[in-house]
Amino acid sequence: MKPYAFDYARATDVAEAAELLAAGGGEARLLAGGQSLGPMLNFRLVRPGLLVSIAHLRELRAAQETPDAVMIGACVTHAEIADGRVPDIGGGVLRGIAEGIAYRAVRNRGTIGGSLCHADPSADWLCTLTALGASVHTQSTGGARAIPLSAFVPAAFRTVLEPGEIVTAVSIPRLSLGARWGYFKAMRKPGEFAYAMAAVLDDPGRGVKRAVIGAVGGAPVVLEGESATPEAVEAALSGSGLDDLERRMQKVALTRALAKAA
Amino acid sequence: MAAQESVGEREDRSAAGVGARVRRKEDDRYLRGKGEFIGDIRFPRMQELCFLRSPVAHARIRSIVKPKGAEAVVFTAADLMGVKPIVANSRLPGFKSSEQPVLAFEKVRYVGEPVAVCIAATRAAAEDLAAAVEVEFEELPAISDMLAARRPGAALLHEEWGDNVFLETVVDADLEAIRRSAPVTVRRTFRTSRQCMSPIEGRGCVALWDRRLEQMLLYTSTQIPHIVRTGLSGCLGLDEGQVRVVAPDVGGGFGYKGILLVEEVCAAFLARKLGRPMRWLEDRREQLTANANCREHYYEVSAYADRDGRLIALEAEATVDAGAYSAYPFSACLEAAQVASILPGPYKFDAYRCRTWSAATNKPPILPYRGVARCGVCFAMELIMDAIAREVGREPYEVRLRNLIPAKAMPFDNITNKHFDSGDYPECLLRAVKAIDLPALRERQKRGEADGTRIGVGFSIFCEQAAHGTSVYAGWGIPMVPGFEQAEARLTPDGGLELRVGIQSHGQGLETTLAQVAHSELGIALERIKVVHGDTAITPYSTGTWGSRCMVMAGGAVASACRELAVRIAGIGAHLLQVAPDQVKVRDGKVIGPGGSVDIAEIGATWYLRPQDLPDNVAPGGLDVTAGYKPQRDSGTFSYAAHAAVVSVDVELGAVRILDYVVVEDGGVLINPMIVDGQVYGGTAQGIGTALYEEMSYSEEGQPLASTLADYVLPGATEVPPIRIEHMETPSPYTTFGQKGLGEGGAIGPPAAIANAVNDALHPLGVELTELPITPRRIVAAVAAAKRGRSEG
Repeated sequence: MKPYAFDYARATDVAEAAELLAAGGGEARLLAGGQSLGPMLNFRLVRPGLLVSIAHLRELRAAQETPDAVMIGACVTHAEIADGRVPDIGGGVLRGIAEGIAYRAVRNRGTIGGSLCHADPSADWLCTLTALGASVHTQSTGGARAIPLSAFVPAAFRTVLEPGEIVTAVSIPRLSLGARWGYFKAMRKPGEFAYAMAAVLDDPGRGVKRAVIGAVGGAPVVLEGESATPEAVEAALSGSGLDDLERRMQKVALTRALAKAA
Repeated sequence: MAAQESVGEREDRSAAGVGARVRRKEDDRYLRGKGEFIGDIRFPRMQELCFLRSPVAHARIRSIVKPKGAEAVVFTAADLMGVKPIVANSRLPGFKSSEQPVLAFEKVRYVGEPVAVCIAATRAAAEDLAAAVEVEFEELPAISDMLAARRPGAALLHEEWGDNVFLETVVDADLEAIRRSAPVTVRRTFRTSRQCMSPIEGRGCVALWDRRLEQMLLYTSTQIPHIVRTGLSGCLGLDEGQVRVVAPDVGGGFGYKGILLVEEVCAAFLARKLGRPMRWLEDRREQLTANANCREHYYEVSAYADRDGRLIALEAEATVDAGAYSAYPFSACLEAAQVASILPGPYKFDAYRCRTWSAATNKPPILPYRGVARCGVCFAMELIMDAIAREVGREPYEVRLRNLIPAKAMPFDNITNKHFDSGDYPECLLRAVKAIDLPALRERQKRGEADGTRIGVGFSIFCEQAAHGTSVYAGWGIPMVPGFEQAEARLTPDGGLELRVGIQSHGQGLETTLAQVAHSELGIALERIKVVHGDTAITPYSTGTWGSRCMVMAGGAVASACRELAVRIAGIGAHLLQVAPDQVKVRDGKVIGPGGSVDIAEIGATWYLRPQDLPDNVAPGGLDVTAGYKPQRDSGTFSYAAHAAVVSVDVELGAVRILDYVVVEDGGVLINPMIVDGQVYGGTAQGIGTALYEEMSYSEEGQPLASTLADYVLPGATEVPPIRIEHMETPSPYTTFGQKGLGEGGAIGPPAAIANAVNDALHPLGVELTELPITPRRIVAAVAAAKRGRSEG
């Protein structure tokens, strides 16, 4: 379980990382916290010719606040969020999510942007940030753009990022006063990937009601507005490839997430 | 037996001798990260090995093409001239022999079987080579299930056998009349999953050929260095004198390292052939997918009882999935052949029938894992007891009490001629019932839980044969049969003590407990006693560490050697004190006479450095004694324990939480109760893994379906609750201090206790689970099935 040989470059800024990525064609990959890429390298599931390291870049490690949102740099770690070292969107929601990600050792290195780009359907951030209506901000040699998370992951382990495009930050809308949030996941043991997960946001102040089911084998399933109910889960998951029992457990997960949001 | 009357006066239990809760001597290096494991050992010019392993479960090898230019650093079976396959036969009648080639020859029989070995300066480069080897396979139908293996017409792993059964055993009896007349009949099938033993340190070895000594030096992470030496010599055609095996610090074993490895044979062969040190370090993927398999059992059990739940007869058919080859030295039949003899457990009944099969499948060979065969057996028997209890409408513990062998019957020969040496089984169970507070739990169940979960309580009770010796193993006739265990006790010139033993400490704290035994005999301070183990060149031959045998066997041998040494020390001391030998005692590290004393260091200095001061009649053997030991009966000590578990079950999601766990254990006289507690904690953690988490599934094509610890779920800190331990200490009548082997019991009881607790919780829903591990999915599926059954019924 040792990787194939690869070259390694430590980018000095995002622009250089984007250039290296573009120049590498399909051969180059970004390395942030390495908590998913590292094992994939060792298992030889991926074979990049070049790894471009970005975890240290200051511009990716910043967090900013606007009146409506919190913008978290892509290379902010789960642990930094769990430890309250970046602003929260209200109610300690982000902190609560981050605290439950994997184990502390993973949280110490794993990054919010890296997790989203890895696009694992069972990952905490993908499910919860989709429910929270977050967007990713990207940069490439061609310019910058913002992509709503609900449109970011078309399928398991895939994103709509163009070759050479780098996620620089995640923008998460602030919760209104009176917003209610619930997140529930069922795992074989704490820290393991979930076999059922659901996140619910009910924010009347902004007119948002949304439920997201994760750990479904593909992109998270979003239930908007009135359809954000347990009764809608089984139908919504009918094409997901989950069997009866799995769909039923997802329904339970949503019921419990709703109970937490109550 | 060479054991003498003890001339030393046993030290007080509160000090540092037998019975003292002494901190482990080895903790200093382990806890500070200063241990030396295989992964820490490097030699100049050392090369790393990577094994190309079969990607298919059953196939003929059509061709192997080595990467161009790498022909000299890639080896296949055709290159291993003169290397013999590994063979581990049992002399039980009907046992069919398998030959495990060191590298696959003509056929592969499981995914992960080594096909070629690649040599490079780094592991990564060796893996690159392995990826470039081209192997053409002609695939054969794979046998991925032990029951399918036994069906007529199944594809054959070893064509010459004519079937896929290593061994069939029968304990027969005519139960026809009982079958017709028994008031209560309970039938169940049980299944336990294949497990991967997962010590923190995997396997690994470094081999080098010493040209000066003309000797193979093999460093390997093993529990059985002397047996590895014997096996390796045989495979390589070397004299045993040309092989030295060293086990450095070993990071956990549990049986996983009680084996001669094809990787060891390969590394040794290559080190000699190429004249360079060779190292192989197993990685986690190899451990999970290719190397560590055990505990996959299937039972069909019928129990016949009266209306009070008293057992009249038991009959069972059991199949154990033994994998593709018979592993050396414990053989492919050790689990199944034991099932028949230990299934009756701690119970008394009069009629018994049992057939077992060791089925060959296209999976890695099985190994004896902590609690060999007993976890599955205890699971089957203890779930049957609960099923009987439900059938007759009594508390499960009451039904057990009706059937347990009473204390006054001890020692007791049971229906399969197991000789239970001592103990009070009913008392053990009653203590567990009391400690868990059963009446309070029954009340709580009536009230129900506010969060909608269901609470259940479950018990298991079992006995654990340990340190069984010649008479038992001669019957099985596997390649090694333990005899007298030897220990060497050597006083150094400065009054320190060296103990040399052939067993291997790989986490049991034997460097401490054996020193405690010697301290009890001689009074030499613990810090002056050094236990030397893990090197065939400097320790007496031993079958090694397995079967919970060390504290009985090596402990007994150390005591015997120290007692003889004490006699010699006393003789010299008496002379120095100018008194008769029968006027002195060896105590507190001194020889004490009526009018004065002399320090043991003086005795050492006199023998080694000032022999002119010795008495004329001094024993010429000096202060270096090797003694052999066997208990008065070698049929084994029987420690026993009752486990009690309280669980909460989240019925909707199938999650099980252990709310309380009690172990009442009788290991005889405990040499170091703190270490015993550690053994019970660790074993119980592993048993929780068996009960709720660990499962290596195989696809129909024989592909292992878990290749990382994300797929193969091990219990961690959050899954192991605080475990409350109570000790009973009924001395064994047959061992030096009354000690019994107990290293495995912790792992035996939990699957049954936890499964019974889950079933107790789910009984009102009509659910009874009989398959391990009890996963969320199995619970949710069973609840759904019961609901369907009710609505259809």
